[in-house]
Amino acid sequence: MMELIKVENIVKTYQLGGGGVQVLKGVSLAIDRGEMVALMGASGSGKTTLMNILGCLDRPTSGKYFLDGQEISRMSVNQRALVRNEKIGFVFQNFNLLARTTALENVLLPTSYSNEPLSAKAHRLHATELLEQVGLADRLDHEPSQLSGGQQQRVAIARSLVNNPKLVLADEPTGNLDSRTSEEVLRMFQELNEKKGITILLVTHDATVAAHAKRTIRIRDGLIEENLPQNSADAAALPVT
Amino acid sequence: MLKMTTTLITALRALRRNPLRSALTTLGIIIGIAAVIAMVQIGEGSSAAIKQTIANMGANELIIFPGAAASGGVSFGGGSAVTLTSADADAVARDCPSIGTAAPVVNGRMQLVRGGQNWVPQFIAGTTPAYFAIRDWAVSQGRLFGNDDVSGANEVCVLGQTVVKQLFPSGMPVGKTILVESVPLKVIGVLQFKGANMMGMDQDDILAMPWTTMKYRVSGTALQNQNQSSAAGGSTFSTSQLYPETSQNLYPVPSATEQQDLPQPVRFPNVNSILVSVPTSAQIPQAVNEITALLRQRHHLRAGVPSDFNIRNMAEISNALGHTSQLMTNLLIGVALISLMVGGVGIMNIMLVSVTERTREIGLRMAIGAQPADILGQFILEAIVLCLFGGALGIFLGQALSTAVQTLLHWPIQLSAPAMIASVAVSVVVGLVFGYYPAWKASRLDPIEALRYE
Repeated sequence: MMELIKVENIVKTYQLGGGGVQVLKGVSLAIDRGEMVALMGASGSGKTTLMNILGCLDRPTSGKYFLDGQEISRMSVNQRALVRNEKIGFVFQNFNLLARTTALENVLLPTSYSNEPLSAKAHRLHATELLEQVGLADRLDHEPSQLSGGQQQRVAIARSLVNNPKLVLADEPTGNLDSRTSEEVLRMFQELNEKKGITILLVTHDATVAAHAKRTIRIRDGLIEENLPQNSADAAALPVT
Repeated sequence: MLKMTTTLITALRALRRNPLRSALTTLGIIIGIAAVIAMVQIGEGSSAAIKQTIANMGANELIIFPGAAASGGVSFGGGSAVTLTSADADAVARDCPSIGTAAPVVNGRMQLVRGGQNWVPQFIAGTTPAYFAIRDWAVSQGRLFGNDDVSGANEVCVLGQTVVKQLFPSGMPVGKTILVESVPLKVIGVLQFKGANMMGMDQDDILAMPWTTMKYRVSGTALQNQNQSSAAGGSTFSTSQLYPETSQNLYPVPSATEQQDLPQPVRFPNVNSILVSVPTSAQIPQAVNEITALLRQRHHLRAGVPSDFNIRNMAEISNALGHTSQLMTNLLIGVALISLMVGGVGIMNIMLVSVTERTREIGLRMAIGAQPADILGQFILEAIVLCLFGGALGIFLGQALSTAVQTLLHWPIQLSAPAMIASVAVSVVVGLVFGYYPAWKASRLDPIEALRYE
């Protein structure tokens, strides 16, 4: 089975006041294992809602969502928490590291909710390796306040990988970084994708960020607009709304 | 189990991230527990002191009275039976394991004369040295009479302070002689001041002498309502004994035959009561049972025959006073518990602030796989750890407080292990109760909203 993510005709309606507002109006898409995909869309396009559903944080009103062969849309809160813990790594725009907690402890955070019968020592070893991979071998004991933005985001990337997820979901991962650091972080995602074969979904409104992915999915007004392979000539030239 | 430990570690880390606030939050609990510990220790100390005082006033004493004698359907009232003897007192002291010691007491009401002074003391007791041990009474001058004085029926006595005041306005009674019912007794000691007893009677208005002296030298009978046949005998002293220098006989001397025919007053070796000490008031019922069994056997009473003696004690008064001090202690603990409640509200308040402040952290934890139960557990555990920490510090502080009260104010205190265990339990319960709502609130957060919270 090649497909990691398979979404079939997802509709999401928010109940506001008297009537419902339909944010997603029947979205279908598929992402294969080992792909690096950018999800692009303007604010209000339903991009965030789709990302929340793909990240198992929210449930669609109707439609089906298969992640790694599992139907997510019928799952309970606790089951979805387990799926998030085991299969998805999150990277956020504002890093979301715990203050006054060392880089190593931050990376170890997801392991405290996993059912994996690994010893604390094995977890620490793995987390240390991951921090070495993101180039922070000498920053294990540093707290977020002692790290630069780029370093913080690299800690967050290491954290997203600690439970060996199938999918890394990065929500505007470069939104708070300068262009040079952004480039570093994006290159790191590319490396992870190429060397480790981790499926990566970049959620962004920035075309230059999306350009680092192999494929871009555009969403507008709750519908998938196009589904272009990245290297088509006009991809970068499209106006960003 | 592993999950429990990691949750605990998480909770500890979270608290350590803000040590000042954690310390201030738990201050309410520290003060509450310290108050409880100090109150309990001081309260129990006072309670023990009060019990000691009651014991000094005679609460741990039993008094055995003879029962009622009856003749031809006419009862002579309580205390008229003549079956209680000093041998009974010795047997009780020897054979009853639950009692301290026992002393026979012969009472009387007689006039004392010393020079131009005379006085009728409230208490005249013929007894043994054990009497003073039971009443915890020592001499302030001279000495007490000993067992040899009892066996020899020596003509000695010790006086209470009131009697000394009445008969010896100038003081210094030791070595002087007083007349008791015209019998000269040498004063060998003066008892310490004791004050009024629980009935308001002046305990210092007393003259004590060996019971043998009282019984066989001073008064042949102890009570006016003594058994009729002995009461008829009257005084055992003839005029020739009282006034030996009078050579002239006022009445014709009875012949030997006449003397033999004359009915002699019967001399019973009975005593008016037996005073018994019991080490602790808890042993009183046991002591009563033992004494009853022993005396019934000694008096050859068959089953079904009523006892020819009564045993009285002051347990009622002792219990009442004990309850009063218990009530005071409970009241103070109640006040301390209220302060503990206030401390708990403080915990709840800060935990609520903490939950709001850490909304993003909660969102993150949920995003990376924390289930609502994990979040609930983490925050409850944080509250419990805070309270336990406060409880431990509170125990130390309370201990220090009560020790300070003991050294500075000289109040009695008593260490209380149950109070410490209870405080730890109460801290956990406070943490659970007041930590639950904030933790529940945290666990109900929507991760999407929480992650976006600014």
